[in-house]
Amino acid sequence: MSNSPAISSSPIVARPTAEQLPHVLPLHRVPAGSDAVGGQQLFAKNLYKSYCKGKITIPVLQGVDFTARRGAFTAIVGQSGSGKSTLLHLLATLDAPDAGEIYFDGRRIDNLAPTKRDRIRNRSLGMIFQFYHLLPELTTLENVLMPIMISEGFWRYWRSKSGYAARARKLLDMVGLSHRLNHRPRELSGGEMQRAAIARSLIASPKLLLADEPTGNLDRQNGREILEILRTLNREENLTIVMVTHDLAIADQADSTVRLVEGQVRAA
Amino acid sequence: MYKLLLSWRYLRTRYIALASIVSVTLGVATLIIVNAVMAGFTQEANKRLNGILSDIIFESHSLRGFGDPEGHKTQIREILGDDLAGMTATVSVPAMLSIPVANGQYLTRQVNLIGVDPATYAEVGDFGQYLLHPENRRQLSFQLRDDGYAPEKQKFPVSGWHYRRQRIRFERALEEDLAIERAKAQLEAGIPQDPTALATSSASEASADSTNEAADGDRPFDPYSRSSAANIATLDPMTHQSTGIILGVAVCSQRAKDLDGQVRDFYFCHPGDDVKITIPTAGNPPSAVNDVVTVVDLYESKMSEYDATLAFMPLDALQNLRGMFDAETNTRYVTSIQIKLKPGVDLNSARDRLQSRFPIKQYPYRIQTWRDMQGPLLAAVQLETTILNILLFLIIAVAGFGILATFYMIVVEKTRDVGILKALGAPSRGVMSIFLGYGFSLGLVGSGVGLVIGLLFVAYINQIAAGLEWLTGRPIFDPTVYYFQQIPTIVELPTVAGVMVGAVLIAIMASVLPARRAARLHPVEALRYE
Repeated sequence: MSNSPAISSSPIVARPTAEQLPHVLPLHRVPAGSDAVGGQQLFAKNLYKSYCKGKITIPVLQGVDFTARRGAFTAIVGQSGSGKSTLLHLLATLDAPDAGEIYFDGRRIDNLAPTKRDRIRNRSLGMIFQFYHLLPELTTLENVLMPIMISEGFWRYWRSKSGYAARARKLLDMVGLSHRLNHRPRELSGGEMQRAAIARSLIASPKLLLADEPTGNLDRQNGREILEILRTLNREENLTIVMVTHDLAIADQADSTVRLVEGQVRAA
Repeated sequence: MYKLLLSWRYLRTRYIALASIVSVTLGVATLIIVNAVMAGFTQEANKRLNGILSDIIFESHSLRGFGDPEGHKTQIREILGDDLAGMTATVSVPAMLSIPVANGQYLTRQVNLIGVDPATYAEVGDFGQYLLHPENRRQLSFQLRDDGYAPEKQKFPVSGWHYRRQRIRFERALEEDLAIERAKAQLEAGIPQDPTALATSSASEASADSTNEAADGDRPFDPYSRSSAANIATLDPMTHQSTGIILGVAVCSQRAKDLDGQVRDFYFCHPGDDVKITIPTAGNPPSAVNDVVTVVDLYESKMSEYDATLAFMPLDALQNLRGMFDAETNTRYVTSIQIKLKPGVDLNSARDRLQSRFPIKQYPYRIQTWRDMQGPLLAAVQLETTILNILLFLIIAVAGFGILATFYMIVVEKTRDVGILKALGAPSRGVMSIFLGYGFSLGLVGSGVGLVIGLLFVAYINQIAAGLEWLTGRPIFDPTVYYFQQIPTIVELPTVAGVMVGAVLIAIMASVLPARRAARLHPVEALRYE
């Protein structure tokens, strides 16, 4: 396991001010100076994962240890095929490791029943992907509201519909998409889709944001803006962020960096 | 909430899935139409069957019948109590009907001759409603009316006393002409004859011929008389009718197309004509007795089975003719008692009560409800409906496989969406519900459209049949076959609901497998799916 210290925090683009980025994530915000700051929010040890292709077994992760401190911006870097996305999927409980343990807020999560893992993904984790993964049949606003719709039953959602919608609008306003509420994903640019995906990942007030190469499919300018939004969330809201990237310049801005080489952690 | 939202969006954006439910729509529409028509036919048939047959028929096995009908009636009244609405005693006997047609030929028909009491027969059935003369519909009568038969029928031949007199006048004139021709021919052949004497004798022969066949309903009954020879020349058919008889319309007519292609009835006899009947007497063994009767009305229930086999005459006249009375005890005999129950009374329980009072081992009586008597017909209609329903439901089941295939395609297409939902924390059960909900809404839309099409088709079925006839040039609904002028339909709510529920269930069942596949998708693999 290797926990690299934050290498650089110099801004690439001008950071939005606190007024520009309203506090819409009050639930899990950790107060500055509290004991929890710097504690382990996500911890994994000795993770193994391999995939079978016919009769051949391909090892992807081979004894990976990982720690994400509460309120920290952690980057996972590595070349294509190094296992960084697989690691993120294991951390996000989207997949189960062959061996090893994952702890979230001190609670082991890798061996939970599927429904409990679903609940953790829905309520405590936010996820953003390289290819945005918005639902094409829904509008931007509906996409953002989707995690809430999943977590709340029909009547509960219906009763508090306007409150949830107001919150989603605020988030969309925060990421600069307030003019695209009723557009379908196919009517948005890549940068806009990723912003919508960020808004969606934040709607349930997650404790942890997992990002899988969020700028990998964007041009430089959009990439910077997306990154800056994430940085601001991390800085202003103390939101723990784990981001997979192959861009070392981006990784340089993280508080800590984990480098994967052929399924094993190497010194960053 | 997300399940509803996504099901609804998929329904709105995936029109190809709507194409897969066209067969559900057609199946539902066809089922509704077929059931409405079958129910219409059944109800119409039931109405007419029950209109002619009373609810329960209490009949003797023998042609002689049973005596003391009033005593039997009293006992039946005691058994049925308040359930009873009316009763009448009848005599039912097979008869041969000879209808005179041209050139001294007779058309012979086998009929079931029923002797009815005009005063009480209306209590047990709607028999009177099916008579052609409006007066007879109000009050059954076996007296020939002057005219006014079948005012609603356009091409019904002129009938009644006026017609009868005209016909007899014409026949007599014709006979005189023929007699004169014959006399002339004999004179020319050298046979000396007195032409005036010949003419007179011909006329009296003609008169005797017709009166010979006439029987007087008012004359004193002579049970030993085999013919009406004793009364010859006592009655003039110009002024007297014989005993009245009411014939089923198909007994004395034939429905066919005329030269213009129009369907119409051709009558061999009609009210005002005299016909001969031959029936077995009540003796043992029975012997044949015949009489001449006057057709006083026709009976048209539009149930071909009845219209082609039934004939009615006054009960007492038939009893007299068959010798159904006991001179010593002055008891008259009847072959059956027809019983009408109040609406809503259970027919079978009433029948069972009567059967337990008159057990078959001790009493030679057959006690049946009208449904028992028409069992084969009703069962055949029921069987036909059942088979059609099974076949048509199979069509919807085939549609189910279409839905299954389309759904599999849609699930494959939506693999990434499933991955996204699972990544956002949607449980497998929720993902499955989306596709089940989608199947449910497809089934609902399919059967809903089918319902509308089916109901519209039923509402305009006769116009559609006419349009198809016009298009194809062939009769779709031939009134000569069915005796209905229009296709009868009844839309029964439980049937429609059953069809709808069945169709929706099939759509849901067809979406179970694809939905399970979606639910089992691995989120990581689904997210990577291109």
